[in-house]
Amino acid sequence: MLNINNLHVKLENEDKAILKGLSLDIEAGSVHAIMGPNGSGKSTLSYVLSGRDGYEVTQGTATLDGEDLLDLDPEERAAAGLFLAFQYPVEIPGVGNMTFLRTAVNAQRKARGEAELSAGEFLKIVRAKAKDLKIDADMLKRPVNVGFSGGEKKRNEILQMAMLEPRMCILDETDSGLDVDAMKLVSDGVNALRSEGRSFLVITHYQRLLDHIKPDFVHILAGGRIIKTGGPELAVEVETNGYADILAEAAL
Amino acid sequence: MSTPAKSPRAARFAARLEATAEQLASVELPASAGWLKRARAAAMDRLRGMGLPEKRDEYWRYTDPSRFIVNPAQPAAVLSVDDESPVFDTIDRLKLVFVDGVFDAAASDDLSTEGLEISRLADAGQADIHWAQDLYGVLEAKGQAPVARPMAALNSATATDGVLIRVTGRVQRPVSLVYHRSQPDAEMILHHVIRVEAGGEMTLLENGAGAARVSTVLEADIADGGTLHHVRAIGRDHERTGITHIFAQLGTEAHFKSFTLTANGRLVRNEAMIWLLGRGGSAHVAGAAMGDGAFHHDDTVYIVHSAPDCESRQVFKKVLHNGAVGVFQGKILVEQIAQLTDGYQISQALLMDDRSQFLAKPELEIYADDVKCSHGSTSGELDPGHLFYLRSRGISESEAKRLLILSFLSQALDEMRGRIWPTTCGIACTVGWFGTAAKRCQSHETWFAATAPRVWWCAASIMDRAVRRVFWCIWSLPAACSLWRNGRRLPAMRIWTTANPLRPACLARCSASCSWPPWCSTPSVGF
Repeated sequence: MLNINNLHVKLENEDKAILKGLSLDIEAGSVHAIMGPNGSGKSTLSYVLSGRDGYEVTQGTATLDGEDLLDLDPEERAAAGLFLAFQYPVEIPGVGNMTFLRTAVNAQRKARGEAELSAGEFLKIVRAKAKDLKIDADMLKRPVNVGFSGGEKKRNEILQMAMLEPRMCILDETDSGLDVDAMKLVSDGVNALRSEGRSFLVITHYQRLLDHIKPDFVHILAGGRIIKTGGPELAVEVETNGYADILAEAAL
Repeated sequence: MSTPAKSPRAARFAARLEATAEQLASVELPASAGWLKRARAAAMDRLRGMGLPEKRDEYWRYTDPSRFIVNPAQPAAVLSVDDESPVFDTIDRLKLVFVDGVFDAAASDDLSTEGLEISRLADAGQADIHWAQDLYGVLEAKGQAPVARPMAALNSATATDGVLIRVTGRVQRPVSLVYHRSQPDAEMILHHVIRVEAGGEMTLLENGAGAARVSTVLEADIADGGTLHHVRAIGRDHERTGITHIFAQLGTEAHFKSFTLTANGRLVRNEAMIWLLGRGGSAHVAGAAMGDGAFHHDDTVYIVHSAPDCESRQVFKKVLHNGAVGVFQGKILVEQIAQLTDGYQISQALLMDDRSQFLAKPELEIYADDVKCSHGSTSGELDPGHLFYLRSRGISESEAKRLLILSFLSQALDEMRGRIWPTTCGIACTVGWFGTAAKRCQSHETWFAATAPRVWWCAASIMDRAVRRVFWCIWSLPAACSLWRNGRRLPAMRIWTTANPLRPACLARCSASCSWPPWCSTPSVGF
């Protein structure tokens, strides 16, 4: 589904390379986790894939079902089925959460040539999904993420994911700032979305999240490249021993 | 005899007066009689005494006044009728139409309405005595201090038409002034006077292009417990220039709310001068403007708190694109007597590119020591983080910008709603107009067109009124009962009188004989 090949990325304004030849293939229906020390390029990867300004791809490709992602605008990538759950969801005062969700859902449906949802249909769907994530009506009425707690913001991200039904979901440190219960709630939301045709890329620092969202593969990202790939046991190893061993091994 | 040498400043001022006299020499005052003739002559004398404005004046620091003065007015293309987006058309309103600055009786509704006395300035001038003679040019003259406003005096002297409205009751149906234009070089000088009698309430709507050059003055005197709502959508034709003035004085617990919506317009200056003269009054002045290219928009507001416990709000938002210029000069003056003042002022600009400019001069001048006053002024661009967040959810760039612009304007638009705003519908229509206005102007780009907001809360106005009526019934019944039981001395009565439209009459009757409670030193305020 998502194929990243030898991706090199640097900051647009500085001569600083962040990703240095990253390759990753994610098949449909699988869950991949990326772990790595701070500053290894995890968030950069998620931003480059979703199309944020400020990064320059100097080499390599990234395709979603054969379609070149790097050529597309952020909204086109979203319409193609890519979704990024932000590490720090943005507060947008003055834009109602509901308006935002509905505009987004209908914009994507339109881009795919589907009929837009009517207000009634939309309301029904969003209420049902919000209920699963324990998001109350008040949160839907308030401006996007404004005054939301850390947990509420992350739940709101998962609600957007559930509404937009993307094929390729990237979760950027979705566990940061969550207490144990909230993490369970968010993970359940993610697990409910797991299906044959949908893949996940879970970026995290902690193995705890991966107890809830069971990955098929775990990758260690360091120095802008993936230095080791393994099963879920790799996350446990990182949790107990840290990165020192793996880094030393890769340096050999 | 030799004259003493003048200081350079005095010499400059003398030169200005001379130049003014020269410019005004050819100006003929419109034919009028009686009090109006005297008022015009007095205004002309005032103007000769202060001189026309110059760019070097501090008060005109950011806006060049010369274009308001050059003769004849610069022609401006007339928008075709198809381009006239109906602003307030969906509202049940009393329509008064002016074409090229002259009242058009045929196109207007019948002026006789319960609770309103409406007359034309041109007709009223012929009467020997008219209620408006105590206001016409009087508030304007008062507003010449501390800063001279010569353009307003010029308007008082030369206004060709206008409407005089006396509000004696609570009038739900808005009065709508519609300005049409037929000639590319038409000039419109209108002077309106509104007197809201004690406990009265009305809504005034203004819209339309009017003329190539527009000058309007609105003098409003709002007596105790009166309310005046004012919403205007300044013309959508891009080439027009305009200067408007509002002079309003408010009595005890009187409310004034004015909102101005502007899209397009080469040069617009809106001035407001408001005096809060009685306890518990409130004045809200707000505006939202969107400009593109050769657009210069100036809001100059001066609010004077001369009584305790009053509230004032100034909320101005501007979206500037392609080198447009926005100006805000706002002042809150709190006199020593005006304790417990609640003043707030905010001016913000959204600069869509590097060439656009926002010039702001927010001022507070406070002599009372127990007040709450705050002000803020910002200019910035759309937050790229916000934009990316919206786009990453599949929302197109133009739609995302539209959402963010609306959210930026929302605080100003909210000023149209609230406690004392009865026709929420008005907002809906004006906001809708805002979008179409931009869409039809060729100088605007597609993003601007896409800013047409969707409007859906018309039904809210009906609900709003119904709820208020029910509330009134529930509230007034126990208050009346306790009044009956306890005579005139209880706090319940105070509540009752505060809310009751007949309050001023009641006050007048009671205050003469009342000496209770002892802590009340001002019988005209409480009991």
